[in-house]
Amino acid sequence: MIPVRPIYLCFALCLILLACLPVCADDATSEETGLKIAQDAHAREKGFSNFTAQQTMVLRNKHGQESQRQLRVKVLEVPEDGDKSLFVFDQPRDVKGTALLIHAHRESADDQWLYLPALKRVKRISSSNQSGSFMGSEFAYEDLTPQAVEKFTYRYLRDEACGDLTCTVTERFSVDKKSGYRRQVVWRDKDELRVWKVEYYDRKNSHLKTLTLENYAQYLARYWRAGQMTMVNHLTGKSTVLTWTDFEFQTDLDDRDFTRTGLRRVR
Amino acid sequence: MLRRISLYLGAVWILSLFFVAGAGAEIGIDGDFSGRVNVESRWFPQAGAFSGQGSHAIGFVVLPKLYLADAEGRSFTLSPFFRYDNADPRRTHADLREAYFLLFGEIGDGEWELRVGIDQVFWGVTESQHLVDIVNQIDLVEHPNGETKLGQPMVNITWSSDWGVVEFFVLPYHRARTFPGKSGRLRLPLVVEDEDVEYESEAKDWHLDFAARYSQSFGALDVGLSVFKGTSREPFLMPSANSSGAPVLVQHYGQIRQFGLDAQLTVGSWLFKLEAIQRAGARNLLGMEEDYVASVFGGEYTFYSVFGSAVDLSLLGEWNYDGRGRNATPSRSPNTLENDFFFATRLAFNDVQSTEIVASILGDVDRATHALSIGLDRRISDQLSLDIEAIHLLSIDQADIHYDTRRDSFIDLSLIYNF
Repeated sequence: MIPVRPIYLCFALCLILLACLPVCADDATSEETGLKIAQDAHAREKGFSNFTAQQTMVLRNKHGQESQRQLRVKVLEVPEDGDKSLFVFDQPRDVKGTALLIHAHRESADDQWLYLPALKRVKRISSSNQSGSFMGSEFAYEDLTPQAVEKFTYRYLRDEACGDLTCTVTERFSVDKKSGYRRQVVWRDKDELRVWKVEYYDRKNSHLKTLTLENYAQYLARYWRAGQMTMVNHLTGKSTVLTWTDFEFQTDLDDRDFTRTGLRRVR
Repeated sequence: MLRRISLYLGAVWILSLFFVAGAGAEIGIDGDFSGRVNVESRWFPQAGAFSGQGSHAIGFVVLPKLYLADAEGRSFTLSPFFRYDNADPRRTHADLREAYFLLFGEIGDGEWELRVGIDQVFWGVTESQHLVDIVNQIDLVEHPNGETKLGQPMVNITWSSDWGVVEFFVLPYHRARTFPGKSGRLRLPLVVEDEDVEYESEAKDWHLDFAARYSQSFGALDVGLSVFKGTSREPFLMPSANSSGAPVLVQHYGQIRQFGLDAQLTVGSWLFKLEAIQRAGARNLLGMEEDYVASVFGGEYTFYSVFGSAVDLSLLGEWNYDGRGRNATPSRSPNTLENDFFFATRLAFNDVQSTEIVASILGDVDRATHALSIGLDRRISDQLSLDIEAIHLLSIDQADIHYDTRRDSFIDLSLIYNF
């Protein structure tokens, strides 16, 4: 065995470090860039105060059979914490009047309550069901509820053309172990940071779903909202088209509309 | 009695419709009409313990709901209920489930809410029984599990803010529990008289009852403290004779005071639940006044997306305790929940049809009373849904008051049209 002098060992280590430096540095930059994009996009969302809208979901299986969901959505911005949202179901008729209240949190698990009108019961439910299907659709809860910047780590991948626009392509990795995804790839246009496409990769890193967003409209000359969101499941061939209508921003909603007592009053 | 209620319901109904059609549009009233109609068939594979009891019951339910609100959100809700049952005339019944005005507004940082009329209130967190839930009477002919309630006349004021929610109830009128008739299944050896109800209070069913509850969420913990003072919702059944001299059971409602506690801790996929009451002034199974403590605690755990599928699997376990032991009054037919366990599993398929299967067993630790229940819910179309339920009474202890329902296992099929 050839004796290895410590000095050589040190030298070898330095060489390895040097060789890796550009890559590591590049990595750090791509992470920073990715985070920066997410933060900028979030900053553009700030100050909307609240909004209400209608959602129509058309669920389609691989045989083309359709079924429809209709719900009303109310979202309240909570500075320094996650938003509060309220979903009220109108269709299918057997769940009419059922309502879901979510208090999202940046640092801790979200709080969720479900109102069952037939029993007049407000039920606190677990928020661990992030990856579960929302109303049998291809959207999971985590795809629909507002996601705080802190709930992911990011990596900038590249810029590329998307339609007439130029998009930044970023990867994001959920910090939450309950997430059903290993990673998501997000396309945002460079001008307005609107999301145009998201690819979802499951825990085994296979391409599970793709979300495409269209019909963007701007509200209060600031906030962009997609009018249509299409989620395609590549594994099952099923898809869900979510149409948003009747957006109203800065209505007279406040905290009181997002409480357990408010939930009981929901129609 | 029934005819009178029906006439009254009809009148209110027609008046409301006029109100919507005429005045509504002009003064900016927003209306919504919804509800459900279901046809139901209940089949009892075994012959009943008493002559005259059928093996098959068919019927239907009508439960419409009218909601009117003005621009400020002040609203009126009306929801009459009617069931027809071909086997038991007592199960053919009408009720006003809801008929109330709702007002609310701001007060400081919080808000107030006022409900006046007939409404339903749910308190509590557990699944095997609802100990603290005391505002409404049980509509027992609907289902032996006691989950369905009669409308309760009330004035309810709620004040909520960051420090919690305080609800206060004035309950001016008492509703007697519904019981199966002579030809009905799931009944006691003697028929419970429905015309003649006895009260401890001289004011009878017009005794002024009070209830209050404070509730608050402390992060993952939801806690409720409640108190009730007034006419018991649970009758003591006194052996007696009716006008023609036949032996019957007469409902006797005493004056009670109850303190209640309900709590739920929600941690990850776990729900930990507790309900406890302390009740004074109630009669035990022997007809003697005995103050007591009863509780139910347990938990629920859900495995989400099992084996990579969309299916959620929940496991529930609860233990029921009643300090009166063998002298406890029966709380959920056929069990007297004095030392009883409850295990259940729920499969939510999360499919387009929202298919759900729930299986549960309620068993006595000391006695040979065990009941199994399996239910399937599935949506057929946007408006139609199907509900199948099988209650299998594995065994009923001879010492249990429900011994004579031992042959009343049943399969219930319900086709529901929601509009």
